[in-house]
Amino acid sequence: MDIEQWLYSLPLRLRCFFHPNRVDQEMKEELREHFEQQIRENVAQGMTPEQARCSAVRTMGGMPQIEQQCREARGGSVWDDFTQDLRYGGRQLLRSPGFTALTILCLTLGIGANAAVFSWSEGILFRPYPAVAHQERLFALAGTARGQTGAGGLSWPDFQDVRRNCSLCEEAFVSKITGSTLSAGDHAETARGSIVSANYFDAIGVRPILGQGFERGEDVGSDSHPVVVISYQLWRDRYKGDPQIVGKMQRFNNVPHTIIGVAPAGFYGTFVGWAIQFWVPASMEETFESGGYKLEDRDARWIEAYVRLKPGVRQSQAQQEISAIAARLETSYPASNRGRSIGIWPLWQTPFNHARTMLPTLEVMVAVVAFVLLIACSNVGNLLLVRSFTRRQELSVRIAIGASRVRLVKQLLTEGLMLSTLGTAGGLLVAYWCRRALVLILPTRSGIAMYLPGQMDGRVMAMSAGVCLFVTLIVGIIPAFQTRHLDLAGPLKADSSSVVRGRARMRSGLVVLQVSLSFILLVAAALLLESLDKIRSTSPGFTTTSVVTTGVSLVAAGYDVPRAKMFQDALLDRLSALSGVDSAAFARVTPLGYATYSSTPIVVDGYQPSLEEQPAVEYNQVGPGYFATLGIPLSSGREFARSDDEPAPLAVIVNRTMVTRYWADHDPVGRRLQVRGRWARVVGVVADSKYESMRETARPFFYVPLRQDFVREPALNIRTRQSLSSIRAALVREVHALDANVALYEMITLQEQVNRSTSPQLLAVTLVSILGSLALLLAGVGLYGVMSYAVAQSTRELALRMALGAGAANLLRLVISRGLRLTAGGVFFGALAALGLTRLLGQLIFSVSPHDPVVFGLALAAMTTTAMLACVLPARRASRTDPARILRD
Amino acid sequence: MSRPSDLVQGTLDMLILKILALEPLNGWAINQRLKQISSEVLGVSDGSLYPALHKLERRGWVRAQWKPSENNRRAKFYSLTRLGRKQLDKETASWNRISAAISGIVQLKEA
Repeated sequence: MDIEQWLYSLPLRLRCFFHPNRVDQEMKEELREHFEQQIRENVAQGMTPEQARCSAVRTMGGMPQIEQQCREARGGSVWDDFTQDLRYGGRQLLRSPGFTALTILCLTLGIGANAAVFSWSEGILFRPYPAVAHQERLFALAGTARGQTGAGGLSWPDFQDVRRNCSLCEEAFVSKITGSTLSAGDHAETARGSIVSANYFDAIGVRPILGQGFERGEDVGSDSHPVVVISYQLWRDRYKGDPQIVGKMQRFNNVPHTIIGVAPAGFYGTFVGWAIQFWVPASMEETFESGGYKLEDRDARWIEAYVRLKPGVRQSQAQQEISAIAARLETSYPASNRGRSIGIWPLWQTPFNHARTMLPTLEVMVAVVAFVLLIACSNVGNLLLVRSFTRRQELSVRIAIGASRVRLVKQLLTEGLMLSTLGTAGGLLVAYWCRRALVLILPTRSGIAMYLPGQMDGRVMAMSAGVCLFVTLIVGIIPAFQTRHLDLAGPLKADSSSVVRGRARMRSGLVVLQVSLSFILLVAAALLLESLDKIRSTSPGFTTTSVVTTGVSLVAAGYDVPRAKMFQDALLDRLSALSGVDSAAFARVTPLGYATYSSTPIVVDGYQPSLEEQPAVEYNQVGPGYFATLGIPLSSGREFARSDDEPAPLAVIVNRTMVTRYWADHDPVGRRLQVRGRWARVVGVVADSKYESMRETARPFFYVPLRQDFVREPALNIRTRQSLSSIRAALVREVHALDANVALYEMITLQEQVNRSTSPQLLAVTLVSILGSLALLLAGVGLYGVMSYAVAQSTRELALRMALGAGAANLLRLVISRGLRLTAGGVFFGALAALGLTRLLGQLIFSVSPHDPVVFGLALAAMTTTAMLACVLPARRASRTDPARILRD
Repeated sequence: MSRPSDLVQGTLDMLILKILALEPLNGWAINQRLKQISSEVLGVSDGSLYPALHKLERRGWVRAQWKPSENNRRAKFYSLTRLGRKQLDKETASWNRISAAISGIVQLKEA
């Protein structure tokens, strides 16, 4: 049947496939119509109805026979062929259960790894917000500064201007993550919340299941609308699913809020990494954010926002319009907006949540799992090749009795499809089990559940189906390829034909491919491991081992600013009196924590910025003794003291990089620096350290006294020689001695803080190592298979060698050296590819050359060991050959 | 049920294609036309017409459509496809070649 004929008959065949009954019914109707026409004709010729009927039956013949002949003429439908193949394939697969199980296991691992990584990408990068409408048109909105990479917050007035003037945006809303204490006791629980614009729930298309969302205008004013929408999970766990919850009061950060709604189950807010538990309107920001009332302050860049573009609008178009709006703001408000612009990012590049930290890891994972899939496929291909050899007889017979080659290939593809479908089903199951795996690998923070789910949605399913088809083609085509060599005389010919040699070449080729792919993965895993080691052994610029960090819940306990100051002083006094405590100090932000630093435009006496530049530097608010506690060396001047209080002149301490950049390396102690619009005097210079990430390069940074920019709930850092548990017990005792209502936050060492900040690297290392080992295992299995087969095929040759005097050791060496030759080939190609590919690990690699010889050496060692192991068994079998028996046979 | 001879079996397809080349018809009408044209010599039984039609449809040479017939009943009308037209030309050509050859042989004068 040629292609044109196939096309012409396709409609009929499709009908036979989808409506077999209707086709049959129509055929019967057609015949009956003919029959009745005959009767009418006969009647017209003068027969009685009875005679007419009898005559018609005689003329036509038996109706059931004709029907059957028609059915046969119509031919088996695609479906009939397919079910036949399916039954036959099923029998074939069941006949060799070991082969079938091994194949399906390989495919399950390969496809499962792919499905899992795609479901993570989907759940974290592409559709991270379950229940939110039209995420494909959602973009993150953030502020940028000229001359600086990355993005920061946006001020509320700037956001409002974008929202009003962006004609290409359908919606613009704010969702700024925040935290609040929920319960007291001797353990404060933190709940994650979002400060949102009043249009939030309408904009994302989420309707509360109880009560309602926010109303227009509830995001205006200062602490003017204490209302809250709580998450389904909070409602169920904390309020026991109270149906009368709407209208009740709940204190958040000690401010009573009216609960006005409960969000639906399955809605986790709009922040990658956390499941949000409550939402408050922006008018309540003072309760949750430091820095006072900010809704009219263009200098306070604190919000994180999103826009949803109108359908059909491209990112570049919207960016153009928003840039134009930002440029107008720059002209209208030069004092605050000079050098500032506003950008949009697709969700997977969102600059302000975990999507950003997960992106490089997931990018690498996509490539890695593709490798694993290829290795699994070539493994399965190898298994099928072995089997196709044993099936040569069967296939030749089928060709001999008239099966067309097309039909044979169809049959083999059907078997491939069965294997890959089962593998895909297994793979999806694996992915389903693994959908929460990322959170398990990442270190948890007590009290708050990290939330990085995989999404098993239609797109992941479609993706897996695509992978399944791809695998079907590969594993089906490899044996089908072999039918090319089949001819009727084939099975009669000796095994020394070129067919066997060709097959052996193909199998060796597949093994070389597997070895090279797994070698690349080994190199990647080793590089990441080395990087993690480098990151963790790099000094953050402060002491990590003997310093712990925690916090006390003064806000939840109802402390106002003066009482909080008194409490903090009293606690520090009590702590420094404890034996084993060297020093203790408060600071708003613990380095490398998730809390973000404030940033301020600065003016430096004697430094003339270029016209375009508006120097802005991040800073931390720290108490007396902070640098001694963290072990950050002071190179000039003094630390802050308790006397650096509100009435005292403003003081700042700057870091070394700032001195280099703004004072040309001259000691700035005593010079003036304008921060947050007021002049302050530099009182000290400290060494550079890491502030937000272990990977960051040195950057300008300064500190202001906590008392001159006060927050009620700073982090408490303690340098101690005691163990974590005993210092914790001591601290609880001291805190409760001051006030039994004040609870303690989680206490961790700064080393733990560093480890948490490097968790994306840890994640990448863990995943790539797991998959690298899997690849190594699969390659080992592949090599083992090839070598066993080679030994089985050449028993005669080996026996001959033995008969001629080769010892067992010679044969052992012979077989192993064959295996190692294949491995060497694989490693050669793998190393070449790895030299080019490891660059793609990009920012996951830290201070390790992507061509590090040690790394390549390690990978080589691992690969060679595995190859040796894979060859030893077949080699031993070869050395046990009984030459007399073999040669007699 | 009588079967036509082997020669006729092979040419039945061609005859049907030829008839359908003139106009689309339903099974009954094709049958009538066959009988008329061949003066019932070929003796195509009603029983063998339909399997032949279904085979042609399967091969993509004819296409079927349900339409009201002359007496306003639903009937399955067959028409020739482009592919069927090509097939007809091919079969006609080979028929002409073979029948010319055969009649040449048959008409040989005995010496």
